[in-house]
Order: sequence, then structure tokens, then C-alpha cells
Amino acid sequence: MMQADLIVIGAGPAGAAAALAASEAGLLVVLLDEDASPGGQVYRAPPAGLSVAPDTRGADERAGDALREAVAASAVVWKGGARVWSISGAFRVDAVTAAGSESFTAPRLVAATGAHERLVPFPGWTTPGVIGLAAATILLKSQGMVPGRRTVVAGCGPLLAAVAAKIVAGGGAVAAIIDLSGPGDWLKALPAMASRPDLLRQGLGWALKLGAACVPVLFRHTVTAVSGGEACEAVTVAPVDAEGRPTGGRSRVFAADALAIGHGLVPGSEIPKLLRAEHRFEPEAGGWAPVRDAFGRCSVAGLYTVGDGAAVAGAEPARLSGRLAGLAAAQDAGRLPAHVSAREAGEARAALDKALVFAGAINRLMRARPAMVEEIAKDTVICRCEDVRRGEIEAAISAGAREINQLKHFTRCGMGPCQGRMCGETAATLLARHVGSREAAGYWTGRPPLRPVPLADLLGEFDYGDIPVPNPAPL
Amino acid sequence: MTALRIADGFRRGAAVTFDVDGVAVVGHRGETLAAALLAAGFARLRHSPRDFSPRGAYCFMGACQECVVQVGGVLRQSCQVPVEDGLVVGLKGSL
Repeated sequence: MMQADLIVIGAGPAGAAAALAASEAGLLVVLLDEDASPGGQVYRAPPAGLSVAPDTRGADERAGDALREAVAASAVVWKGGARVWSISGAFRVDAVTAAGSESFTAPRLVAATGAHERLVPFPGWTTPGVIGLAAATILLKSQGMVPGRRTVVAGCGPLLAAVAAKIVAGGGAVAAIIDLSGPGDWLKALPAMASRPDLLRQGLGWALKLGAACVPVLFRHTVTAVSGGEACEAVTVAPVDAEGRPTGGRSRVFAADALAIGHGLVPGSEIPKLLRAEHRFEPEAGGWAPVRDAFGRCSVAGLYTVGDGAAVAGAEPARLSGRLAGLAAAQDAGRLPAHVSAREAGEARAALDKALVFAGAINRLMRARPAMVEEIAKDTVICRCEDVRRGEIEAAISAGAREINQLKHFTRCGMGPCQGRMCGETAATLLARHVGSREAAGYWTGRPPLRPVPLADLLGEFDYGDIPVPNPAPL
Repeated sequence: MTALRIADGFRRGAAVTFDVDGVAVVGHRGETLAAALLAAGFARLRHSPRDFSPRGAYCFMGACQECVVQVGGVLRQSCQVPVEDGLVVGLKGSL
């Protein structure tokens, strides 16, 4: 068992910044991540064996390299390929690593586990070939692959253009971009987006690339069905209103072997939930978010939460919120003079407030649209793991399920191996229609294991003969 | 190289060969099993336990568990397994 001053879980921009700030202040910091290298989703390193040619490396690749160099040059103890499955007490972290089962303890813990994608179900969304927008980004950026020979890119937010442009640049075909938002929504976002000229420029670059490739863009449209048995063959789309509700307008069908789709991001705050930190439903943060102060301190003493895992805001706010939590952890440990911490935190805070203007505009484009959930057909699967359909969920609600965990007991929705990450938002939104609010519907109780781990990995190699059996006491 | 692998801008690792339900499949060092399977035309990786409906990789980041396959007889998330020479893969989840 390794004893540290601070454990940071998640090595994306938020977690890495927290670890570096605390380490610079003199804390012994352990940084864990499931991936082999630091970077997280946005700055994910190409895996060993695959390399990106220097002339095609963009700003994200360079920022990722800088992050990895900073972690490598620091005193932070890096634990890559670590699957954290349990956190208990204040705080003991159990992980499965290449070395087997490893445990770490520290009086302070930063949870920086990022967001996961929201996807409102539609008929055929479980068909192979239908993937998340974030999944498409991973394929394109860290595997050097396009999702299919001909891909429909759908959902909302800037990832639509990013993914479509990367597919085109990679030599793939984009059948169409299906955007829930309308041109007016994008225009409204423009002034706030202008606060980050670099990102705006990047966005315009994507748009130009797509225009040059003559990719059709359907604004105020949504995917209503995917057909194909063993694999995606065709994607049906239809016009919607501002809330994502079909207007009854003409639908269109695009032949495609892949659909990359995402309806926004939800904070992945499993760790604060597991540790019973207080949460609050914050639609502007993406959903249920841990209650936190300006430094990421949670209601549980010693627990901090930062980045998209606390409130969805993107890479730069994640880095700055991470830095604030790292400084706070060092100060709370009595290792950073208050005046130093106040000065450095003030700078980070000011930069964060500025970065949040851009994030706010993007979040409005990527907001949840409960009307889409209302429109889900009765026989559409909500919970992919357990194949629970909307009709079964409605039946359970009629039978008396008043809270999301009760609904889970009634239906097994959320009980499968993804542990409710994929269906939680939809199930809670359906329940909220009957119980009055998302607050009343609640959220899944956090339970270990945080990720499924094979029992063999926990036990390691052993023989029954190795188990010490004390000699019986003499009679 | 298949149609899904981007030709320009990436240098791939050495070719590796692994077995998928008795078929020899070629991938490249640095690829995850899920990506290599997709590139080789294996979109369907398993069936869901209750409805027996076909499923493939969905989140590619270790969260959804849809890409679970058997590797050497052990259930693994294929998006978290790097391809290696000689892997024995069964397109079969927990059923």
C-alpha cells in the first residue's frame, strides 16, 4: 500500500493540472488513469506503434505532448493503465494495474474522471456501426481510422463539425451532418465563441473543409431510425423543432455503414457519488453535478472534483479548475502559504471565468432536450445492457417506482455492466415526467466496482496450498 | 490497409496476426482490438444477453462494455485490449 499526500484520478487536462500544481507545492502526488499515457480523451496520446506525421499534428496534439512532458518532468508518481475499481474511507484507492492489484492511500483525493456522452435512444441505436461522437474522435485521432466507409454524423455541438471534417480529411465519406440546432442557434452562440478566436478559427476551418467536400448539413433535424440487422445500413432523419421534437416534416434516408451521434455530455461524477458527496441537478453543467466551492472542494472533507467530471465545460476550463484544486489541496495540507495560493489562484480564477464564456455558449448548443426523451417509442431499448424498453420503464413507474434506484430494482434498467452510464439520463428524464422533477427522480447510488474487473485480476496467481492454515490448538 | 485505415498522416506499427473465430485477421501494433476488428469488417462483436440483438463497439473508451469479446477465453473489453500476434478472439460476450 502506497501512502501519498494526494491521489488524483484521471489524467486529462483537469487531473494533470491538479497533480502538477500540488506536486510543485511539495505534495507527494499519485496520478492514476486507465489509459497508458496522460492526456484524457481530448489530448489522448497515439498508442505505441502508431505515430502521427508532424505536418498533420494540430493544436490538440501539441497540447497533449506538452501535458505529457510536464507530467514526466515532475515529481508526480504516474500510474498509467490503472483501472480504479474501489475507493473507500478517507481515502483508500484500489486499482488493477499491469503489476496486479495495487492500493494507494492519501488524506486528499481529486476526482477528474471526465464526462460521458448523452444519447437519446431511437429505433436501431443498438445496431453495430452506431457509435458515439466521442468514440468517433478516438477512432480518428488515436487509431487513425474513419468510423465507416460512409458515415452520418449527427447530434449537436462543435464535435459534429470536428468529426465530419476529420473524416473528410482522412479520405472517408460523410453522407450528411444532422444537427439538432439551427443556424440561428449557432449565430446566437457566435459572440461568446468569439472570446476564443483560436477555437472559432478552428471551427471555421472545419466548416470550410466540409463545404469544399459538399457535405450536406441538415439543421434542426434528428436521427429517427437506423436500419440494418447485423450492421448499420441506412439512417433515417426528420426535421425537429427547437426542443428536438419531430415536426412531422418529410423524413429522408441516407445510406451509411456508420452513424456517429451524440446529444451532449454528462459529468461522470461516479467517484463523488460513490463517496456520498452532496450533488445538485445543474442542467447548465450537463446534469447532476457534485456541490463544490470555487476550488472544487466537495461536501466530503478532503475530496475535490474538477474538469468535465464536475461540470461539463471543455478542456481549457478543465485545466484551470484542476490547477485551482491542486493549489487548494496543497494549501489545505498546510504546504502552501495562503498568500502564494491566493495570488496563483486569483490568476487561474480570472482565466477560468474568461474561458467559461465560451463553454457556456457551447453548453447551450449541447443542452439536454427532454422533449426528445418524451418522443421515444414504447418498444425502443433504453438500457442497452439489459435490453429494457421504454414500455417496461413506464409500466414500472405505473406500478409505483418513484425514484431512479427503485426503478432499477423494478426493471434491471441500469443494472448491467455499464452500470447505468449509458441509460441513466434517459431513465431519469422519463421518471421525472411522472414525479415532477429530476431532483425527485434522483440518481443512481454510486457503488463499487467503479469499473468491472475480472476476479482473477484481483486474486492474482495463487494456489490453495498458499493459504496459511494455522495448526490446530493442542487438545 | 483497408478502407477504414487513414492512409495519410499516420505511420502504423508492424502488422500482427490474430485469430477471430478461426479466421486469421491482420491488424497493426498500436491498434486496439475493437478498432482492428472494425477495420477488418467485424462490426458485430456479440449479442445482447436478453434480446440476442447484435452489438458492436459503441463508446471506444471503456465505459459502455458493448465491445466485450472473449480473448483467450476471458471476457475483455476489446477497446481496451491492444492487438498482439497470436491473440485468440471469440466474438462472443457472456452468453
